[in-house]
Amino acid sequence: MRQRVVWLVWSGVVSAVVLIGLGVCVGSTGFEDLLSPLLNPQMDPVQTAVAQQIVWDIRLPRTLGAWTAGALLGLAGAVAQGLFRNPLADPYLLGSASGASLGVAMALAAMGGGAGMLGSSVSDSASANLVVSVFSSSLWVRVGLTGAAFCGALLAVLLTLALSRGVGHTLRLLLAGVVVGVVLGAMTHLVLLMSPDSLQAMQAFILGSTAFVGWTSTLLMAGVWSLCVVAAWLLARVLDGLSLGDATAISLGLPVAAMRGTLVAVLALATGTAVAQTGLIAFVGLAAPHLVRSLVNTTYGNLMLLASLAGGTLLMAADILARGLIAPQELPVGVLTAVLGGGYLLWLMHRGPNRVAGANP
Amino acid sequence: MKLWLITLYLLATTSHALQVTDDRGVMVTLTQSPLRIVSLLPSLTETVCELGRCDRLVGVDRYSNYPDSVQKLVQVGGGLDPNIEAIVALKPDVVLMAKSSRAGERLEALGLKVVALEPKTHADVQRVMLKIGALLEVPDAQRIWRDIDAGVSAAARSLPPSVRGLRVYFEVNQGPYAAGESSFISETLSRFGVRNIVPAKLGPFPKLNPEFVVRANPTLIMVSQSNVNGLQARPGWHSIRALREGRLCVFSTQEANVMVRPGPRMAEAARLMAQCIARKGADALTGVNP
Repeated sequence: MRQRVVWLVWSGVVSAVVLIGLGVCVGSTGFEDLLSPLLNPQMDPVQTAVAQQIVWDIRLPRTLGAWTAGALLGLAGAVAQGLFRNPLADPYLLGSASGASLGVAMALAAMGGGAGMLGSSVSDSASANLVVSVFSSSLWVRVGLTGAAFCGALLAVLLTLALSRGVGHTLRLLLAGVVVGVVLGAMTHLVLLMSPDSLQAMQAFILGSTAFVGWTSTLLMAGVWSLCVVAAWLLARVLDGLSLGDATAISLGLPVAAMRGTLVAVLALATGTAVAQTGLIAFVGLAAPHLVRSLVNTTYGNLMLLASLAGGTLLMAADILARGLIAPQELPVGVLTAVLGGGYLLWLMHRGPNRVAGANP
Repeated sequence: MKLWLITLYLLATTSHALQVTDDRGVMVTLTQSPLRIVSLLPSLTETVCELGRCDRLVGVDRYSNYPDSVQKLVQVGGGLDPNIEAIVALKPDVVLMAKSSRAGERLEALGLKVVALEPKTHADVQRVMLKIGALLEVPDAQRIWRDIDAGVSAAARSLPPSVRGLRVYFEVNQGPYAAGESSFISETLSRFGVRNIVPAKLGPFPKLNPEFVVRANPTLIMVSQSNVNGLQARPGWHSIRALREGRLCVFSTQEANVMVRPGPRMAEAARLMAQCIARKGADALTGVNP
């Protein structure tokens, strides 16, 4: 078992490295070999300069950004599934992703995006200067949006938990999550309607986009990811305990309530950070833990690490597809993951109900 | 076009009924020129007013904001989500709307006359203007169109020949969605002899990979004020020539409205673009071969 986990970690790392190499070579011109001009600068200095800029400024941060966003979502999915003892829990179905995007939309509206309220389409230039873009690369804007997304995600999870009166009842939890997701999604659209200037940019954002992910966003996500992985790893014992029921966990001497609260915060932080940089990207959080479980049966600590690696690889692959399929145009990567992830889940369910329903390790 | 006008003229004089075939291909018959008009598209609202029949408008959509007088009219929702009840309550003789709106059939079922028109190109602006001119019995619609067209040509002539070959990127919004070569906006640019970096085969308003713009390295960027924030800070964009040399045309929201609406203000749009191109781009190509 242990061997298999180590093997999977290595395959996750290797596939990520291979995909980074591929991601650097796929862009607005489709596939092109940029690695050889980079590695042999003496051959054509002009070509090398262009390649350097495209790779270093655009493709590398974007590719790594896709990995970190996917890793955050994969981790959030694994945490959610363990925390709620529910194989269908994911950042999307619990409403936390919708809450995060509502947080982003409200922060943008508050920071000047609301200049043109419904009806009055005349916005003066003074307020237009204050408009903060959802795709901004400034560190403080990114941190602010991440904070707003975190608050939104946290509130959404708490709301879902309150509505479902705890995690005991699977059906009620999922229903509450869906209701919270739909209501918060509708509120996001309402906020957007009131700030028509930012409407189209926000729409592109809501469909999921890594187009403007630069080093700032990538490093921010990488920082939060390290924090979340460490926290989740330390708290993994409680999830293993919880999988045997609350009573068992308490009898093992675990401070269940406090650890649960911390895990909800980790879930909200991971979801919020990913959503604030890349918008709504569906199904990565759901598919990654299932993919890992279909390969290995292991403890929650290992599962969370592996799901994170799998999520990163999945989103990076989806992003490369989104860039390459109709270059120089782009597919919204969130649409692509929804189609691919949804298809994978359907296949999983078709293969046998026990695989999904009995997924607790 | 002429033959069609003659036919219409004959029909009008013989039976005194007005007949117009709209962009859906539906023949709409009116007993007389409409006195109460509802318009659900800003460019159609502007066309009615340009033809001197602004006083016949009784209701407009929420995006129609020019000329100022239409802002006092009843607002009946948006073009895609109109308030059917409010429109019916206004008892219009005709409703002018975009072909893409779903509301047409519903309004017709309620007994209203609907003329659906979809201006998308310079030629469409002319066609729509003449059609509405015929509908509203404006005898000099053709002359009004010629004046607008002459305005675009004058804007083009006002530019120094040195701007020919400038490569322009026009960002519609931060998606990033661009105005491609086949868009209404770009038609004006090609009359200036200015090149668009987004080829026609990508469609009028494609969502681009931002890297495409960095590679195309435009000499001039056109963008509305609400989207200009952070342009320089986008990954890799600092090296784009237009941004390095400060060749940026930033249009206010009102100016951007003028540019994106395929209507009678296209001459004004052409003037605004020409002014900025002359100011920012005239010296861009001297001595440097892009």
